[in-house]
Amino acid sequence: MRPLADIEAAIGRAAADPDPQAGATELLGLAEEVLEHWVTAKGDVPTHAEREGFRLLALHRQGAQGDPSFNACRETCREVAYHYNLIRLQPDAAGITDRLQMMGMVSNHLYLFISGKMQVAQLGDFCCSSRPIRTGSEDETLKIKEA
Amino acid sequence: MTTKDKYKKVAYYPGCALEGTGHSYNRSTKAVGKALGLDLVEVKNWNCCGAMEVKNIDPKLQTYLSSRVMSIAANEMDMDVVMAPCNGCYHNLKKAEYDLANDNASVEVVDKLSKKAGHKTYESGQVETIHALDWIKQAIGEDGLRERVKNSLSGIKVANYYGCMYTRPRHIFPEKDQGPGSESTSKPHFMDDLLAAAGAENVDFPLKTACCGGAHTLSDSDTSTKLVLNILKAAKMAGADVIATECPTCHSGLEMHQIRAEKTLGEKVDVKILYFTQLLGMALGLKPRKVGVHENVSDSMRFLKEKGLA
Repeated sequence: MRPLADIEAAIGRAAADPDPQAGATELLGLAEEVLEHWVTAKGDVPTHAEREGFRLLALHRQGAQGDPSFNACRETCREVAYHYNLIRLQPDAAGITDRLQMMGMVSNHLYLFISGKMQVAQLGDFCCSSRPIRTGSEDETLKIKEA
Repeated sequence: MTTKDKYKKVAYYPGCALEGTGHSYNRSTKAVGKALGLDLVEVKNWNCCGAMEVKNIDPKLQTYLSSRVMSIAANEMDMDVVMAPCNGCYHNLKKAEYDLANDNASVEVVDKLSKKAGHKTYESGQVETIHALDWIKQAIGEDGLRERVKNSLSGIKVANYYGCMYTRPRHIFPEKDQGPGSESTSKPHFMDDLLAAAGAENVDFPLKTACCGGAHTLSDSDTSTKLVLNILKAAKMAGADVIATECPTCHSGLEMHQIRAEKTLGEKVDVKILYFTQLLGMALGLKPRKVGVHENVSDSMRFLKEKGLA
């Protein structure tokens, strides 16, 4: 797992790979690495299981456990998987390099969302739908207020 | 009463943003309602929903804030439906409704605070809470809209951007994902449907529910700028002329960071940013000023003139 900071540039390179098939495989791997960082930061061991044929989706599921705010990147992960399928299963499609670039942008969003979530407040609230994990549980918050 | 009739007169909860940075959304929502013959009755003495901040201090206080709005609509205005165009307000109303239906502790706190504030306690299910997209979709529908279009949006390619709060978390939107005719939480389409009915060509946009970084636009502007730049570039790459928005936080974030990206990162992405209500209003024959295009930060006038909408 390379440092998180190196992943952004790697995404840019993979999205411009002259071999779209190789680029798509590389982007999928980079997206998985981003999620590995998140899962590791939470104190878990990144899973090697798959969901719907993708480790990426299993990693997302693992990262969202106990943290519903993480579902804000659920569709992004699914879009990464979708673009991977498009590129791998339709290798001769017109505009395949555009598809690879779009996969790069989707992967970049995943990177920015998660790296931002980790940089701003370690594992804090980057998401509008988040649960207040920095302030403890809802009950604790109320107890503090009532005291 | 038919379904359409039920939504023809609704309680309107604009929320704080629509009185400030999102004023053009307020203006265009009201203008579209008027043009479609729909009746918006503003919730009396409404309060802030708590936005994204109050829940980090006290989630149940946030639930109370939304419950007060619903209580006024139900108990003081005798309304059945509350419509909120802002994704944040809409999300918080839905969250409050869910909590009050499923969490006794929330019910107790809301009851206590409502009594202290001197109004009737809101009871789960007294009103239905909807977004502006639901409102037009349910009250008018695509066919009704198609019949009323005076200036087709044909020739305009649109990336519909729903933002992160319109569909998340999934469990607070029980009416979504109910099969044909209902909204999807993974691939929302109501805005696509309405704008297509008005003649627009929707592009396939993979970041339609992606986070815009709105909540951290001040605390971590650089990440927000990069998130927005990526969204703008993806929309452009998808072939869009315009990003249609339905959330004042997303909208102002896209506009502000579009400018900031040019200044700080030297990257200019020429894609217009308009509220879906602005596009619909112009399709219904309203002038850009009537739908507040002049109040947007970004300038779309030349583009709208080219497309015959101004």
